[in-house]
Amino acid sequence: MTTPPSAVRSATEWLSARARWQPLEGLFWFSAFAAVFLFPERHLILTEIAWLGLFALSLDLILGYAGIISLGHAAFFGVGAYTAALLAKHEIINEPVLALLASGLVAMALGFVTSFLVLRGSDLTRLMVTLGVALLLRELANSFGWLTGGADGLQGVTIKPVFGIFRFDMFGHTGYVYSLSVLFILFLIARRLVNSPFGLSLLAVKGNPLRASAIGVSVDARMVAIYTVAAGYAGIAGALLAQTTAFASLEVFSFDRSADLLLVLIIGGAGYLYGGLIGAIIFKFMQDYLSVLTPQYWPFWIGLVLVVIVLVGRDRITTWTAPIRLFAARLDWRTFARREAAASKDQCQ
Amino acid sequence: MTVVLETIDLTKRFAGIVAANNIALRIARGARHALIGPNGAGKTTLINLLTGVQRPTSGRILLDGEDISGLPTHERVGRGIVRTFQINQLFGDLTPLETLGLAVSERRGQGLDWWRIVGTRPDLITEAVEILERFRLTDVINERTAVLPYGKQRLLEIAVAIACRPRVLLLDEPAAGVPEDERHEILRAVAALPADVTVLLIEHDMDIVFSFADRISVLVSGALFAEGTPEEIARDPRVKAVYLGEEIVDA
Repeated sequence: MTTPPSAVRSATEWLSARARWQPLEGLFWFSAFAAVFLFPERHLILTEIAWLGLFALSLDLILGYAGIISLGHAAFFGVGAYTAALLAKHEIINEPVLALLASGLVAMALGFVTSFLVLRGSDLTRLMVTLGVALLLRELANSFGWLTGGADGLQGVTIKPVFGIFRFDMFGHTGYVYSLSVLFILFLIARRLVNSPFGLSLLAVKGNPLRASAIGVSVDARMVAIYTVAAGYAGIAGALLAQTTAFASLEVFSFDRSADLLLVLIIGGAGYLYGGLIGAIIFKFMQDYLSVLTPQYWPFWIGLVLVVIVLVGRDRITTWTAPIRLFAARLDWRTFARREAAASKDQCQ
Repeated sequence: MTVVLETIDLTKRFAGIVAANNIALRIARGARHALIGPNGAGKTTLINLLTGVQRPTSGRILLDGEDISGLPTHERVGRGIVRTFQINQLFGDLTPLETLGLAVSERRGQGLDWWRIVGTRPDLITEAVEILERFRLTDVINERTAVLPYGKQRLLEIAVAIACRPRVLLLDEPAAGVPEDERHEILRAVAALPADVTVLLIEHDMDIVFSFADRISVLVSGALFAEGTPEEIARDPRVKAVYLGEEIVDA
């Protein structure tokens, strides 16, 4: 049986459809970079959004793509933050970008080691194990006060200029450009990764591990791989926090941070990479706005939003933004043009 | 006869139950071998042991004379032992095209390729599309698997396994639950399996067994009870006794 080339052509189209850039994506990143010039007075909160978005992107890689739930993702964030702060304080690596990479590698190493704990068991087991690891690290950081500064946090950190040129300033101008650039590059890599054969195999592992192994996928190895990568992302997010604030404290490991992260991702929707970023924007601005409005009670409103989202999304909680994405795909004039072209070609034949 | 798959004294005990009892099964290369037996005879346990989902309490499994008893499932797939499932085990959120693309890329050892965008290997896509055509799935090639008609999903079950290029294909009740009018599609697909693939068919439906198999093993209470050609099995009074009340076709 010979396969007609047209069938292969359209199959190629369909297979690469997930990876195609949508106009809305362009708009999203254009706006993010335009904010550098448009909202210089908001750079501090935008910096926070950038590293929180990266942190949530990291959780999305394991939860949205591989189905590994975590309530202790702050473990990697914290390790990254302390590594970056210590490297700068003791002038081991002075250049921030190199220190950032080093922090990511340390977090990856921790991710690799602890990944074996999340391979087995139910979601509940994973919640408890990840939570436990984060608590453990927090206490470790607390008891090694001579190194970490204990409960006072790591004081006296000075971050040198990026590439030896761009000095961090108190308005967050350098911080935002720096954090956003790091986020953008890591996003591009993640986008590539989830649209690769490896990314497809993660979806298979998430969807049906039994079948995944029955087509020759080593389920455990894939989970270890993505957990390690995600830990690196979280570590870099933490390092960004430490570098842009020149400070690290035990709070980087806190349970609240892990729990908020889950909230951020669920607000934005898991499994399409932008969820974490959109969630971070909504979360931070809500926090900012509401904490001015009702300083003590803003978590109430966050809680309310969460309940509404869960009720609207029901069991499809991770995909409540699906209609927006469908709409975005329909907006894609290139897909449309291509479809038209294909239709007219069929008529000609 | 060259034996491709062989079990030696394969035994599996669960607390108090012997699900597989000293099974010595030999399957010839290129065979159309059927495994039958009443409910609870241990057919699925045997499949789980062969594919590595469960570990035997004792005994060995040989593929082309090589002991594979200790290998995990995915490595056995790499060596050519591939199964389908009695209850669909598919990727509901993926399309048949993506599912096949994944299976083919895994078979080629490209599953860890994390930089290339899916759909940029023409040879891979051609193979996936060719298999989907063979199983008459081209009309649903880009639909979500979860919304496909049941019969199509059953076909996809077999198509995914074929994409793994099995040497030994274990078909676990391929027509289970398929409505009567879609049944012939499944039977056609099973009959059209490549001749060089050895097939072990687990089936309740005696019509399918006797039209398909050139050799039949009967499993009762976890042990091999009888084995022979379809004619021999059909004539065997002991088998008839086991299947009392169930009809065996005159061969």
